[in-house]
Amino acid sequence: MAINWFKYSAPSTFYGLAGKLIPWFSWSAAILFPVGLYISFFVAPTDAQQSEAYRIMFIHVPASILSMFIYLVMAAYAALGLVFNTRLSSMMASALAPTGALFAFISLWTGALWGKPMWGAWWVWDARLTSELILLFLYLGFIALHASIDDPRRADRAAALLAIVGSVNVPIIYFSVKWWNTLHQGATVSFSGTTMHVVMQQALYTMLLACWLYAVAVVLARVRGIILERERKSLWVLDLPESKQ
Amino acid sequence: MNWGDFFAMRGYAFYIWGAYGMALLIFITEIVAVRHRKKAALQQLRLLRDAGVDE
Repeated sequence: MAINWFKYSAPSTFYGLAGKLIPWFSWSAAILFPVGLYISFFVAPTDAQQSEAYRIMFIHVPASILSMFIYLVMAAYAALGLVFNTRLSSMMASALAPTGALFAFISLWTGALWGKPMWGAWWVWDARLTSELILLFLYLGFIALHASIDDPRRADRAAALLAIVGSVNVPIIYFSVKWWNTLHQGATVSFSGTTMHVVMQQALYTMLLACWLYAVAVVLARVRGIILERERKSLWVLDLPESKQ
Repeated sequence: MNWGDFFAMRGYAFYIWGAYGMALLIFITEIVAVRHRKKAALQQLRLLRDAGVDE
């Protein structure tokens, strides 16, 4: 094996690696957000049916996709931590939860602000909205459960079980989107080769990429804080230049 | 198109800027919170060392 992947499963090596990666992800996000917003607001044309209101899509859809994707990544890390007993995997799961919860909240918030002018209601109890709300509660439950147990390793295991069981909800959200396709399909599927669809897709994918880069940067920054909190008894942490100032 | 028309969003200003404004507020708050958390962790490390606590 050419690359020793387990090298980076040690918090001490990953702390440095994450520190090197954060600027790349941060700067890429900082460049792509203005580009994505420019396409979303100045290049993408006014929609024939929804007028300007449809532009909420360019933040709503990326936030929704990421809220589901981050949950699966969080559950995978939690499972790795449970099976291999690797501290870093559990720390990554803990670092992902707040960002996932915030994307789930943005999804619900922007959805409400889109639903009011289009459907006439801030909220309806349909499968898609309800399962996304359950996703937010799963994130909050993960965070609360982890915080309620004093021993971090026991907290990791209990929260991991919750994360793994809760991942059943993600395909439910995904397929509910398909069942209730009236609002969500337009921009992600191109029916014809018109410029309007292509530009809307470009705006959407640019915003999705920007949000993903942001999420990676902020999660890596948070896991560095978590590593410092949980490894404070280790010598390598005390040898860090930033802990000596 | 002038800026007044742009911000008016054909009557959807409240919904559109409410959506993007909340997202921006959340991103900024999250960045500040993450930085604060790391700063606090480093502060804790220095306190432990200075106190000579061998926890």
